[in-house]
Amino acid sequence: MKKYLTYFRIRFIGGLQYRAAALAGISTQFAWGFLYILLYSAFCRADPEAFPMEFSQLASYVWLQQAFLALFMNWYYDSDILSMISDGSIAYELVRPLDIYTLWFTKTVAARVSKAVLRCFPILIVASLLPDPYGLTLPPTPLHAVMFVLTMVLGMFVVTAFSMLIYCACFYTVNATGVRMVAQSIADFLSGSELPLPFMPAAMRRVIEMTPFGVMQNLPFRIYSGSITGDEMWFLTGMQLFWTFILIGGGWLWMRAALKKVVVQGG
Amino acid sequence: MIELHNISKTFRVARRNSGFGEAVKALFKREYTEIHALSDVSFRINDGEMVGYIGPNGAGKSSTIKIMSGILTPDAGECTINGLTPWKNRAAHAANIGVVFGQRSQLWWDVPVIDSFELLKDVYRISAPVYRDSLDELVTLLDLSEIVRTPARQLSLGQRMRCEIAASLLHRPSVLFLDEPTIGLDAVSKIAVREFIKKINRERGTTVILTTHDMQDIEALTERILLIGTGRILLDGSLSELKSKSSSVRRMNLQFTDGTLPPLDGVTVQSCENGHAVCSVNTDILSVSRAIEVFSSAVSITDLSVEGTTAEELIVSLYKEFDI
Repeated sequence: MKKYLTYFRIRFIGGLQYRAAALAGISTQFAWGFLYILLYSAFCRADPEAFPMEFSQLASYVWLQQAFLALFMNWYYDSDILSMISDGSIAYELVRPLDIYTLWFTKTVAARVSKAVLRCFPILIVASLLPDPYGLTLPPTPLHAVMFVLTMVLGMFVVTAFSMLIYCACFYTVNATGVRMVAQSIADFLSGSELPLPFMPAAMRRVIEMTPFGVMQNLPFRIYSGSITGDEMWFLTGMQLFWTFILIGGGWLWMRAALKKVVVQGG
Repeated sequence: MIELHNISKTFRVARRNSGFGEAVKALFKREYTEIHALSDVSFRINDGEMVGYIGPNGAGKSSTIKIMSGILTPDAGECTINGLTPWKNRAAHAANIGVVFGQRSQLWWDVPVIDSFELLKDVYRISAPVYRDSLDELVTLLDLSEIVRTPARQLSLGQRMRCEIAASLLHRPSVLFLDEPTIGLDAVSKIAVREFIKKINRERGTTVILTTHDMQDIEALTERILLIGTGRILLDGSLSELKSKSSSVRRMNLQFTDGTLPPLDGVTVQSCENGHAVCSVNTDILSVSRAIEVFSSAVSITDLSVEGTTAEELIVSLYKEFDI
């Protein structure tokens, strides 16, 4: 376990060094956040009846999304890992007494967490100071707060486990750009990172919520704002646990099969 | 103890001719060629041996190293190293071996080398005192004290290679695989690396398997050589044994003034101009001293040297003999 923690620490410390990128990221996130709020408030004013959630819930959703973007972005891949697979430096990774899946999972999580830690606080603070209903409000109960943290961690695991599948695919295609584009577009749409899931037709939403995509960011953010609560919250958290195990287990097995076939070419 | 039994590996390679038409055709139907990288490779290496693994490009050297280090899964055959099958118990096996791929780097690019070492300390779970001892020893032997504090990207190739070798030995593996460790190094660095490998083998009893194209490496380091060509082990023996096989011919370089060299049975003059002659003496027919005697009575010799077969020539003749 300690060896993976070492990799986590290194990646984490490495990630914290990029101050300029973090500043640029924060300002982008603010801009996006405000644009979304403006867009949805126009929508809400046009027809308040058709608005599927309370506006303050939506505002919280948007700000959390911006603050924790790094944990849930579906388009993030560790470029070191991708190039390692295509140029063969994976050879050195394979002669270590390490489980490659665990190692890459750890690295990816560390990179995500370090990015999120640098970016989230300014956004959370400023967003909570904004006037009602445009700002970030506190969760309805302490239980919701606890469940929010738990489901956020699990949600990040689901996102990471999903990206691990792309690394596996990369063993077969060498250049993963195509697979990546398709996978991240589907995931972006279905996870509610473009449009929150409540805005989709009810039947469609029901189905999506049961898929791995529905338990990525949709679940923690809506638990926080109280838009998912009660039995539904417990059921969907169960689904999230289920998908975490399935995706990690499936990815691990797939990687084991891929490593059996991998051929590091050249001298 | 390393044992390989009938290891075989076949690669499927897509091939096509050049040109647009061919490229379009390949969209629909690919032609694959099977390449037998290794066929029925078997050998056995005892603990503490130092073995040179040689063969032309594409002979299967690196594939064998990759199989022995657990990176590549062979199609058939068995391989046991210290009781483990590399590709089945990859992680456990990896803890016992050290690998240097001369063409790749394991050092972390933009941090000082010592940080990479610290990471390896945790990866291999090296205890603090062992790590300190190992590091001190390697730093002294490979003369790394200044180098380890430099980022890997700013090292020269020779410095980097010394660090790569140190990195592979921090956890004191019982087996060390070196895949072209002296590639691209200058004479001084080569000698430093060779001396070090010898020392590790002698003092720690590390089993060393070395692939190289550099015959001086082989001459300086290994007692035993394995020759591989087109995926088969062609020869397994000691270098001196091989040399004695083809040692009946000696090469003689002569510099002389006045007169010409007389024809002599058993001597073939390969070139002779401006008083400089190169000839080969077949010692089965004529002894070298007799040849010198005859020549010195006919011309006045100003310089003379006699060479045995070099490893390089030996290998070339082996390649020719086995038609690889």
